[in-house]
Amino acid sequence: MSQTNNNAALKLPGTLQDFMAQALQMELDAAERYNEFADMMETHNNLEVAQWFRKMAEVEGKHADQIMSEMGWSEAPSGLRMAPLLTGLEAPESASDAELHYLMQPWHVLQLALANEQRAERFFAKLASLATVESVRKAALELQQEEAEHIEMVQAWLKKVPQPTASWDQDPDPPRYDS
Amino acid sequence: MQEQISAPSSVSIALAGSGGSGVMTAGTVLLAAAAKAGAYGLMVRTSGPQIRGGEAAALVRLGPQPISSLDDGFDLLLAIDWQNVNRFADEIVLGPRSVLIGDPDEGEAPEVFKATGARYIPLSLKKMAKEIPGCWINMLALGISGTLAGLPLQAMQDAVRESWKKPDTLEANLLAVARGAQAAADMAEQLATNGGPMAQLQGGAAPDTKRWMISGNEAAGFGAIRGGVRFVAAYPITPATEVLEWLAPSLIKVGGTLLQAEDELASINMIIGAAYGGVPSLTATAGPGLALMTEAIGLAVAAEVPIVVVDVMRGGPSTGIPAKSEQSDLSFAVSGLHGDAPRLVVAPSSISDCLGATQWAVQLAEALQAPAIVLSDQYMGQSRAIIDRPADSDSVTQRLTAPANAPDYKRYRNTESGVSPMAIPGTEGVSYTADGLEHSEAGIPSSQSKDHVLQLNKRERKLALHDYGPYWADVEGDADAVVITFGSSSGPAREAVARARAMGVNLRLMVLRLLAPARPEQMTAALQGVKHVIVVEQNHGAQLYRYLRAWYDFPQPPASYHRPGPLPLRPGELLNALLEWRNAQ
Amino acid sequence: MNDIVNEAPAVPVQVLTAANFKSSYKPIWCPGCGDYTVLSSVTKALAIMGVPPKDCAVVSGIGCSSRIPAYTTCYGFHGVHGRSLAAATGLKVARPDLQVLVAGGDGDGYSIGGNHFLHACRRNVDMTYLVMDNHVYGMTKGQPSPTTEPDWDSKLSPGGTGVRVFNPPVVALASGANFVARAFAGDLHGTADIIAKAMQHPGFSFVEILSPCVTFRPEQRDWRKLVRAAVVPSTDDAGRAARRLMTDDGLNIGILYAGNRAPYQASVRAAGCSVAELEAEFAL
Repeated sequence: MSQTNNNAALKLPGTLQDFMAQALQMELDAAERYNEFADMMETHNNLEVAQWFRKMAEVEGKHADQIMSEMGWSEAPSGLRMAPLLTGLEAPESASDAELHYLMQPWHVLQLALANEQRAERFFAKLASLATVESVRKAALELQQEEAEHIEMVQAWLKKVPQPTASWDQDPDPPRYDS
Repeated sequence: MQEQISAPSSVSIALAGSGGSGVMTAGTVLLAAAAKAGAYGLMVRTSGPQIRGGEAAALVRLGPQPISSLDDGFDLLLAIDWQNVNRFADEIVLGPRSVLIGDPDEGEAPEVFKATGARYIPLSLKKMAKEIPGCWINMLALGISGTLAGLPLQAMQDAVRESWKKPDTLEANLLAVARGAQAAADMAEQLATNGGPMAQLQGGAAPDTKRWMISGNEAAGFGAIRGGVRFVAAYPITPATEVLEWLAPSLIKVGGTLLQAEDELASINMIIGAAYGGVPSLTATAGPGLALMTEAIGLAVAAEVPIVVVDVMRGGPSTGIPAKSEQSDLSFAVSGLHGDAPRLVVAPSSISDCLGATQWAVQLAEALQAPAIVLSDQYMGQSRAIIDRPADSDSVTQRLTAPANAPDYKRYRNTESGVSPMAIPGTEGVSYTADGLEHSEAGIPSSQSKDHVLQLNKRERKLALHDYGPYWADVEGDADAVVITFGSSSGPAREAVARARAMGVNLRLMVLRLLAPARPEQMTAALQGVKHVIVVEQNHGAQLYRYLRAWYDFPQPPASYHRPGPLPLRPGELLNALLEWRNAQ
Repeated sequence: MNDIVNEAPAVPVQVLTAANFKSSYKPIWCPGCGDYTVLSSVTKALAIMGVPPKDCAVVSGIGCSSRIPAYTTCYGFHGVHGRSLAAATGLKVARPDLQVLVAGGDGDGYSIGGNHFLHACRRNVDMTYLVMDNHVYGMTKGQPSPTTEPDWDSKLSPGGTGVRVFNPPVVALASGANFVARAFAGDLHGTADIIAKAMQHPGFSFVEILSPCVTFRPEQRDWRKLVRAAVVPSTDDAGRAARRLMTDDGLNIGILYAGNRAPYQASVRAAGCSVAELEAEFAL
């Protein structure tokens, strides 16, 4: 789905500050989202998966800390809106909700995380190709590289967790207790 | 407090687990297996607030006689996992003789259960299930719990076969049941040397009588159809939705109709319209829905249109506790209409009685051209039991209708019985306008005193003079002290009275089925020889106690035992209250 | 209370973020439920509005979606089924200084709440109404709602209701709502944007949010492939909006109508008559 009809024309971050602030916001949003998913899973008694989501939240959180220390920020700059480069359903944070299930397995978590990292990597790659400011282009390439490393990390984890069985989402008790 | 948690003639099993563990299904199959083994049983469900995947427990009690109450505690708690199962601690009471089975890979059993002194037996359920590819862990739980309770393997496997929907996984799950049975057998020695074997059902052949497995809500729906209802308007509300969902396809089969309404204001007015048109009609709701319906129920009173409203009571007031039971709509049902508006209130006393009482309510409403409220509750409505097939009722639903061209027809003509022939649209020569406005005998709106008094008397008289027969209340026993109760409280009350009798304390039990209109003559007759009265009910305001005191004279002021939901009344708790009451005299 | 405050919302003195509006209660919605994103969008939109949580009220009815007030740090009112708009109207007219947000599902809003929906649009009190539409009654476990397709099979209506779906944006427009939009829970920022604009627009703002129910309507996972950004831009011409909405297929996302009706004004409060002076009309 393309952008909503109320968005302005494509607006690239003009300065390194702007760009890093947006990248930081992406990481913080991602960490918050993974924590929310972890909460959902705890409420639905899927503790193993909740722990995996907490782990992913930690990874994003560390990345956010890294950006802040590089830029010398003690707290995140506020009041920014996302550059409409990837909004709507293409936005890194929007696509994942639909893949949640109260019976999901760690493997599903990692597939979701992998898709997110890949989306983020594409985002930074696209930004790097379109950037006109050199410092922004360089920063985008660095972040793209870091996302690529995340991808490798998640793929390694994927090899270690069991594949879900064919009946992973079968619950003998229907939500409506027909019996 | 007795040392033995449960009565020796029944076994109580709790199966708990969360998201995907399938304990509700296991409990249902366990009940079906017990039926095959000739036993009776009751299954109550409880769960967390999540729509799906939350913690859940199936609470099952099995025995040689029909069961209408959970026991004071459980002989067995088998938890597939421990996620939030501690939330059910108030409902799943354990004692030193209870058996507690949990999977050590799922963590420690919650302290609240361990502190009861129950005998803990760890079983690696998850590992055991993995060893049988394609099986469900709840079938393992079934095998273990059923065997510990004394059910034969054959009965359990037959029950699984009948309920199974996916042929390619059947074998694996039959194996899982057998594996569970084996695990239970392996436990026998351990239990024997540590407190003794778990309470067990005695084996026996299946009874000769025809039996059913049914929920209270389904029974109410069936009672409606048996009573002749062929039009239902529906609006979903917990815990009444199942009455309507059972009726929807069933009505189609017998040539009736169910219409989903936009809300309760619509559904009550729809059934009044259909009943005015000559078709016996019904709806089902819970407290908040009944509250919306009251204006129109008053219309049915004033216009003398027969309707039935099933109220499946839940925790109140307001939105309250939707998925838990309480008997707190009584005051509202018997007096919650504006103006002087007599109506019928019938209270089924068990899951089985939901059928008969609803059928009776339809018959009464039609015969007396008045609205009837059926006070069921969540405990009966959403629980499932093995019952003896309810007897067919030989009384027929009949509305007194006006023949075509009846001379000088007056819809609200005064009669000795108070019931006037009702003209059904389509009948020549007897058209009239039904009206909520007070009216003359001809049905013309009137503010005249003589018309108002005549119609008020007529509407009261028709209910008061009717011969309700013996079904209005069940009186058991013959002592000078009586326990009066209604609805689902009668189950634990009856057990408490039986236990008291075994201890030499003789009590009479009176279960009211017709709550409104009041029956002073019949009450006096039923209380012949009674000196002491206690009223037992599950609500905070002692609603039945106050209602009875308003309408009846008792030999001396009655006592009251009452407490609100969400926890059900227990036989042991009532026994203690009854003994204390008797000792205080 | 004698002195009713009649002023506009105060200028914010601190920069608010979405986190300021999220409470610590964990929602019990099923994982994958669209309402989680709606909650996030609401908190983002409230942050954009800049009104502190203490000056915001979230009013709801009964249903899964209506659980939302307690998940925010605003003042919340979780009332009875279908009457949220009435309660919100009373609140906003008595306390025009508050930011009032009304929320609920399609069953609560269009079925039992249908009557109040018509009159709230007609009255045009300044508030924002969000309906999380999943074409089903979720909390009571799977009955058709007024926006459910006529052929959707269910226990309560075997074979489908056979009744045409309710068309909320058309009804809202015809009844006088000053702002009509549709959002999709799969688009967090787009939805936050629409909600913020709805709150900023004067009068009664109605946002229908397609919010999938993963438990009872799992096929709604396909919505993300089916929805599209509305090609025709928003209009303030009610006639044009009406023609467009009558052929809308329910999948166009965006602001559909933003009108110029003046919001409801309670009758002008006369100055300076004391309670005692009212006696004059009875005095002989």
